Amino acid sequence: MPENHLMKPNRPVGFAGYGAYIPQFRLPASEVARIWTGGQGGLPIKEKAVAGLDEDVITMSIEAARNALARSGVPASEIRAVWVGSESHPYAVKPTSTVVAEAIGATPHTQAADWEFACKAGTEAIQAAIGFVGSGMAEYALAIGMDTAQGRPGDALEYTAGAGGAAFLLGPAETALCTIEGSYSFATDTPDFWRRANETYPEHGERFTGEPAYFKHITTAAQSLMESTGTTPDDFRYVVFHQPNTKFPLRVGKDLGFREDQIETGLLVPEIGNTYAGSALVGLTAILDVAEAGDRILMVSYGSGAGSDAFSLQATGLLSARRSAAPDTLSYVRRRTEIDYATYARLRGKLVTK
Amino acid sequence: METSRHWRLRQQRYALVGEVCPSCELKIFPPRDICPDCGNEARTIFQFSGRGEVYSHTTVYQAPAGHTENSPYPLAIVRLEEGPLVTAQLTDLADKPVEIGMPVEMVTRKLRSDGERGILVYGYKFRPRLARAEQS
Ligand SMILES: [Zn+2]
Repeated sequence: MPENHLMKPNRPVGFAGYGAYIPQFRLPASEVARIWTGGQGGLPIKEKAVAGLDEDVITMSIEAARNALARSGVPASEIRAVWVGSESHPYAVKPTSTVVAEAIGATPHTQAADWEFACKAGTEAIQAAIGFVGSGMAEYALAIGMDTAQGRPGDALEYTAGAGGAAFLLGPAETALCTIEGSYSFATDTPDFWRRANETYPEHGERFTGEPAYFKHITTAAQSLMESTGTTPDDFRYVVFHQPNTKFPLRVGKDLGFREDQIETGLLVPEIGNTYAGSALVGLTAILDVAEAGDRILMVSYGSGAGSDAFSLQATGLLSARRSAAPDTLSYVRRRTEIDYATYARLRGKLVTK
Repeated sequence: METSRHWRLRQQRYALVGEVCPSCELKIFPPRDICPDCGNEARTIFQFSGRGEVYSHTTVYQAPAGHTENSPYPLAIVRLEEGPLVTAQLTDLADKPVEIGMPVEMVTRKLRSDGERGILVYGYKFRPRLARAEQS
């Protein structure tokens, strides 16, 4: 029996509210293939969500946060932390979180900070928020994972690097829509993906990104959490993983012993792409939109560099009554305007105009 | 525009925060501290719902400095649910034509950037109200 590394706060914590945001533009993967490969080769997803000219991680976080607050019914003035995890913060220096906090009315009596850890910056903020609320330092803390990811033109990542994410308001478990039974974090120094300072596009270690990175970290995190909570895949109604493409989450789920029907509700990557820090989180919002009281949910993120955060969650009786207070995630998925590569190039600032 | 002015206007810009007149209950936007209707002092903060409808609209092709990268873009006068008229850009229209009376809702978006090195300016725009998917 391994040592128990389960993380659990002194005071039980849950999600008082949750909210998603996905921009409306969709770039079909076939459009990227048309430009760069003559339409040859398999496609990792159907299409990805692309942010508009007036959207970025700040504006998208504001809408997701407003949705989370609407579902919680908690006044913004009671929030003591606004934390935004992303690898596409609009400024190099100047927090995303202060703009978000100001826009939702959480200023000035609040902590505010930006988090970074490739695709797990959002779940990392949730782990910290569990500590903030669970210790009694704060009644409520807002954790957001949001990205407008960039892939180098023609690179494999350009097919999938999408835009979107979600916000979670952490609060006391007694009044939560979904409680957090426990969590676990696993991190190692693994150079699978990186972006140096002042570079626009990331680099990746090609095939190195699979086995020692994504699969090892997610599998270990999920197994450790299940072992330490005495659960098996059958105890969970839903499971959601980080989703860099369609294949990886399906395979890691199968390796761990989950059925496809446990995975598919939260599997949004075929239609919105890899939303990086928002990926597992926005998938979780789609699950919370349909989960019933008592349903257990396993969420495991993955961030390159590398690490995974795993959470065992359980929907409460309050969830079904509160979720209609904000638009459900499918509304955003279905709000779809297809664009071609030229429009995509303009929206993503890939055209030289001066 | 100077950074100090952007900063002073941030709450009304980010979230449609206005005022309500304590005497006649008129909802005021933008805030001006004096009720335009009864002339009494009106400093009570009021959070607008953000819902409204298009009162009038046009399309801007010759954008002013700071907005050129977004042109052409639709500009509208929106009648807020609570009464005031607000001039703002419309967004997320895709190919949908703008119509007088179209129901819209406020979103906070990037309005402009002060050049490559200046601050990013955020504020309200309006979009067609989000259609909610029916859960199966
Ligand atoms: Zn008055």
